[in-house]
Amino acid sequence: MPQTPILSVLPTRSLVDEKFKVLVENLPPGSPVTVRSLHHSEDNHDWEAFGFYVSDHGGTVNVSEDMSFGGTYTGQEPMGLLWSMCPVPGSREGLRLRKKNVSSPMLVNISIHSGHEGFRDRAPLASVLVERWYMAPGVQRIDIREKEVRGTLFIPPGPGPFPGILDLWGGGGGLIEYRSALLASHGFASMSLDFLGCELPEFSHSETAFNIIKDHPQVIEDRVGVFGLCLGSLVALNLAADSTVVKPRCAVCISSFTTYPKEKLLALYPDEITKRLDKLSWDENNHEIWKGIGLALLDVDPSEKVNMGNLKSPVLLITGCDDQNLSSFEAAEDIARMMCEAGNEHLLSRLEYPGAGHLIEPPFSPHFRATQFMTSDRGKVVMLWGGHTKPHADAQEDSWRKILSFLQQHLYCRHKSQ
Amino acid sequence: MDRKNCCVKLSVHPSRGLMDEKFIVLVQKVPPGFQLTVHALHQCEDGNSWEAFGHYTANASGTVNVSQDASLGGTFSGVEAMGLLWSLRPVPGSKPGLRMRKKNVETPMEVTISVYQGHQTDGFVNQVPLASVLIERWYMAPGVRRVPITDCGLTATLFLPTGPGPFPGLLDLWGGGGLLVEYRAALLASHGFASLALDYLTNKITMETGKVVDNRYFETAYRVLQQHPQVLGSRIAMLGLSFGSAFTLKMAVYSQVVKLRCAVCISGSHVQPIDGSVQEILQYFHKHGSKTRFSEKNEVIWRELLLPIPTDPSLKVDVGRLQCPLMLVVGEDDQNWPAYDSAVDIQEMMERAGNSHLLTVLSYPKAGHLIEPPYTPHARASMFRAVDTRQKMMALWGGETVEHSRAQEDAWRKMLVFLRENLYGGTNPGATILSHL
Repeated sequence: MPQTPILSVLPTRSLVDEKFKVLVENLPPGSPVTVRSLHHSEDNHDWEAFGFYVSDHGGTVNVSEDMSFGGTYTGQEPMGLLWSMCPVPGSREGLRLRKKNVSSPMLVNISIHSGHEGFRDRAPLASVLVERWYMAPGVQRIDIREKEVRGTLFIPPGPGPFPGILDLWGGGGGLIEYRSALLASHGFASMSLDFLGCELPEFSHSETAFNIIKDHPQVIEDRVGVFGLCLGSLVALNLAADSTVVKPRCAVCISSFTTYPKEKLLALYPDEITKRLDKLSWDENNHEIWKGIGLALLDVDPSEKVNMGNLKSPVLLITGCDDQNLSSFEAAEDIARMMCEAGNEHLLSRLEYPGAGHLIEPPFSPHFRATQFMTSDRGKVVMLWGGHTKPHADAQEDSWRKILSFLQQHLYCRHKSQ
Repeated sequence: MDRKNCCVKLSVHPSRGLMDEKFIVLVQKVPPGFQLTVHALHQCEDGNSWEAFGHYTANASGTVNVSQDASLGGTFSGVEAMGLLWSLRPVPGSKPGLRMRKKNVETPMEVTISVYQGHQTDGFVNQVPLASVLIERWYMAPGVRRVPITDCGLTATLFLPTGPGPFPGLLDLWGGGGLLVEYRAALLASHGFASLALDYLTNKITMETGKVVDNRYFETAYRVLQQHPQVLGSRIAMLGLSFGSAFTLKMAVYSQVVKLRCAVCISGSHVQPIDGSVQEILQYFHKHGSKTRFSEKNEVIWRELLLPIPTDPSLKVDVGRLQCPLMLVVGEDDQNWPAYDSAVDIQEMMERAGNSHLLTVLSYPKAGHLIEPPYTPHARASMFRAVDTRQKMMALWGGETVEHSRAQEDAWRKMLVFLRENLYGGTNPGATILSHL
């Protein structure tokens, strides 16, 4: 009887930051196979990754241990089938993969095909469907619509109370829930905030949101931190250092900067970009590079920046050294300098990742070097975020673990030994 | 201990698993040497609550790892990674004779795992735990398809594995309680077998007309499976538990239609009138009804009905004629059927006939009758309604919980390897992935 290949993925249901094992058995010995992942996104695009493998004398391929010799990733990469995903051939330019509905899982089809080149022309030998979740079982999702605050609060399972996090994204705006959902799956009551969506976005708006979390019956009021990426990091640092209303217990900032818009009006942010458009440049693909604008933004009077010397709580800065959107490395250096001068640099921890770009997301998400972005004045452009796939994926995996450890240390109490 | 609540970290990996997968329960950030209770609570579909718990003492780092540390007491003791599931028992005040069986396999079994301070044995519902998480346990892997089958008068459900197929097939039979029991077939499909759960006692035609099915019903089920476009018609197995074993053996040996690659009989017997079918076998049981015994708790013991094993060849399936591999799973403390005695006799018959190389007997001391997929609670006795008599009584199944649970785990793994070898080919295929179970 001819042997039928058996494909297994363990586990078939997991959180997006958990690893899985992909095993192919019952192949002929030494046979070339392609292991492929395929995902159909909510906005109807297809994403795939694949690796070229050779089975051992027992007819087994173990993706966690064996090497890939080609495809969208090479080498020993247990999770390459996820982080090296890119749009299938023929897709539109500048796509980005972001889950909107976090109450349902991301479905990934893992399949095996005989041979390497031209594998797509051959029907799969076997396939398995895998679920990747942002929300652990029992995590509650609550719409927050109060005091003009538009957010989504995720509460971990259990009696509580829990430490809290205010989760802030970048200048693209919108209510982005997935990182908060994942943080709640790790024991933090986390709220995503659409801080640009209200009529007149101001920093005080985020202070109100922070207090909504702090005052929630299931949140420990003196254990609320802030987490921001890009423009969100400016808001986070404003709350952590300059706010007289709130006192975040700690702050995590990815791709940060500290320069305020004019008169500290968040709504005026786009003008700061427009004012410095002479610093805009393009790469060979006509993708916009804002790094020069970022550098120019750093070059302002200290009174126009967040007063990092005021900071009294720990801050973790995560930076991709190949960030082409912001001069986040220079900004991190600037923050370090400010804190050194003020004498509070012991509060600062920096993680800098060579080869990583601007969009440092939770692990195993694909890397986006350039994607479409809606500007305030020039319509849709393709923005160069930077980074190269493998180091960027490594940065996402490494930083997430360290972020969780940082949040755990500062938001969950330490037990004093007896 | 109010603010200290925020210290305790409880995690279970995976939080969503298949019913036969292991998990790791980790409690962290408690004081070193801290005494705690890890507790599991499940409310099943019929509203009854089940609980299990273990007593632990944290190490010097303030950690308890249920897979590595010994439980000092509770509903299980010692190092038992999965004790929180297999030792589940009805909460105090529950009705006697309960048995946990999932009806809807398209939703997960939800279990709340909690940590309580101290070594506690009751009153959990009145306390606030230090931490708790919710876990899901699934019979169906993602992508497994559930297809109700009513063709040709059958009452059945087909579970197709995920993937392009086609897949080897399996006919799945339960016992004398009847009903269409889907969970084992769903789980087998999650392991790559297109499995057909078949109701042959309370099926639609029998319920409507009163007419009991005969051998053609099983042959029809086999043909429907064989002809299904997603099934490899030449690679079909049959799996029967208890009464289901009787038809598994009958079909394997005598049917001109059913050609099995292999067969598995759990807690079954080959003793039956070889002529005739369901009706005749039921009548044979009635004839020997006087051999029914009762335990001191008035639980019904039916194992004597088929004993002693007859010498008359018309009363035993002639297993010497078997041409495919057969695996027998036997609990030595089975009080419902004489599975052990039957297995001994089957072995002798096959040795005399020269086909005993086809036979594997897995015999488990102190295991009872209901050898099910692992990590569900053991029922030593439960309320049972036999389809023919319609009487409800407390049946004694037998088995001691710890040994029975180990038997379930071991037998399931070995059954999957047996099915994989015979239906997928190759030596020990799937061994690596199965070692994770």
